Amino acid sequence: MRKVAIVGVGQTRCGRRDDVSFPELVHEAVKEALEDARLDIKDIEAFITGSMPAPMSGINAPHLYWADAVGAYRKPIIRVATCGTTGGSIAHTGYYHVASGLFDVVMVVGAEKMYEGDPQGVMTTIWDYRYERPFLAGAPGVFAMQAMEYIHRYNFTLEEVAEAAALLSVKHHLAALDNPYAHIKQEITVEDVLRSRIVAYPIRLLDICPISDGACAVILASEDKARKITDTPVWIKGLGYCGDEQLLADKDLVWWLSAVKAAQKAYKMAGIENPVKQIDVAEVYNPFTYQELTFYECFGFCSRGEAVKLVKEGFFNKDGQLPTDPSGGVLCTNPIGATGLQRIAEAALQVMGRAGKRQIPAVETAFAHAMGGSYSLNSVFILSRSK
Amino acid sequence: MGEEIEPRIIEGALSLPYRWATGPVGARFLEGLKNKKILGTRCPKCRRVLVPARKFCPRCFVDTDEWVEVGDKGILRTFTIINFSFVGQVRKPPYIVGIIELDGADVGFTHFIGGVDLTDIEKAARELRPGMRVQAVWREERKGDILDIEYFKPVRE
Repeated sequence: MRKVAIVGVGQTRCGRRDDVSFPELVHEAVKEALEDARLDIKDIEAFITGSMPAPMSGINAPHLYWADAVGAYRKPIIRVATCGTTGGSIAHTGYYHVASGLFDVVMVVGAEKMYEGDPQGVMTTIWDYRYERPFLAGAPGVFAMQAMEYIHRYNFTLEEVAEAAALLSVKHHLAALDNPYAHIKQEITVEDVLRSRIVAYPIRLLDICPISDGACAVILASEDKARKITDTPVWIKGLGYCGDEQLLADKDLVWWLSAVKAAQKAYKMAGIENPVKQIDVAEVYNPFTYQELTFYECFGFCSRGEAVKLVKEGFFNKDGQLPTDPSGGVLCTNPIGATGLQRIAEAALQVMGRAGKRQIPAVETAFAHAMGGSYSLNSVFILSRSK
Repeated sequence: MGEEIEPRIIEGALSLPYRWATGPVGARFLEGLKNKKILGTRCPKCRRVLVPARKFCPRCFVDTDEWVEVGDKGILRTFTIINFSFVGQVRKPPYIVGIIELDGADVGFTHFIGGVDLTDIEKAARELRPGMRVQAVWREERKGDILDIEYFKPVRE
């Protein structure tokens, strides 16, 4: 297998983007990525695209809709759609394209225009029509059940977990102020979170990501090409991907098998034995604050049931032992098809040392994650300055 | 490109009919509900009883070979109180959704939890706790549908 590097990233401003059509939004990210890598569209040999299930935008083959916008005229274009994991899945697919030797320069594009439809209504149609659909309410309803199970499993009180969750929300909202692409830019307090409206008990409005319109593009290249394109290639040192069972109630919602396995696979490939020591910054896919606690444990950032304590100690803060989501994360920006790829783009910018005000000092190795379905899929990337 | 014009929004909708096949295992499970029975199938390899009944075990990847009736009572594993609206919603919020570990089953079962006053959500939540016993409340008129069970209600035993 050949080495694969990220050589350019492009992100759009996210939020309610009624100012552009869906393809125009995609086009913004594509042009940004080309400019970032100082490449021309003719240099891109193939395109991997992805977004949420097509009813999200009401056009049922989005890759055809986007074809002109990405510049895929007379070139291979593939659509990969794995729900929230999409951004990770398209990056995996792009990696395989280049690592296999079939292509040298590939562009990966993820996008969503969530203000064009009814996102929770669409997500509810993902669940099994016989046994689950009447009960599983969009994403908040699915992921709120994990919160109560987490509290119960480790004998926490709701109050102590709610406080840790609120601290995460405050931290990410503060970070998003430094991210020019972020959607929600609002300074908040722990009190604001704890007093915000209950959406799916115990999850409150400020514990939940927004819906966003936005797009992200990442250019991947083989070693030879990467060296010619940039002085700061970001190497994909490890990657892992794992699925789980179909029905929600079959799965362990606290110790997520797919999250544990995806991370272990990526760590093994990248030679990571001690994640906290060897990873300098992590872009965790964090649409829900309570859920983020479980991810920290599944990824080995701490032991089981320990995340609550460490969050309160500032372990994951910008100046902590393992800074997470200096971009503000999914909690503040969530165009779902792009969201997982934004984690990779942000992690790559950190490794390049070009993350602006959100830069963590001296990042050698970064972690980027995506999650999709009802606790169904997880994707992990380890990016590094060295091969 | 000439004068600036405000971008427009075009409104539309998608509404598509489907006809979904249950398969024989699904049909027998749904028929069971009509008769106030919750049926599972047992995996010959891991011996777990899977509910709703499955044709094959997701973990062992072998066909199930035994029908098992499980209880209509069980333990509440976890729950949430839904307090937001979306297109296609079956119930008017607020309502409770939970995962129940039915007596005799080895996996969870997702359904509504009811019989709790929801005027004050936080108060209602304090009446529920993971680990408590719950029991199915069956509809009078059943048609072989997952909603033949109206909800599960907390019980003291």
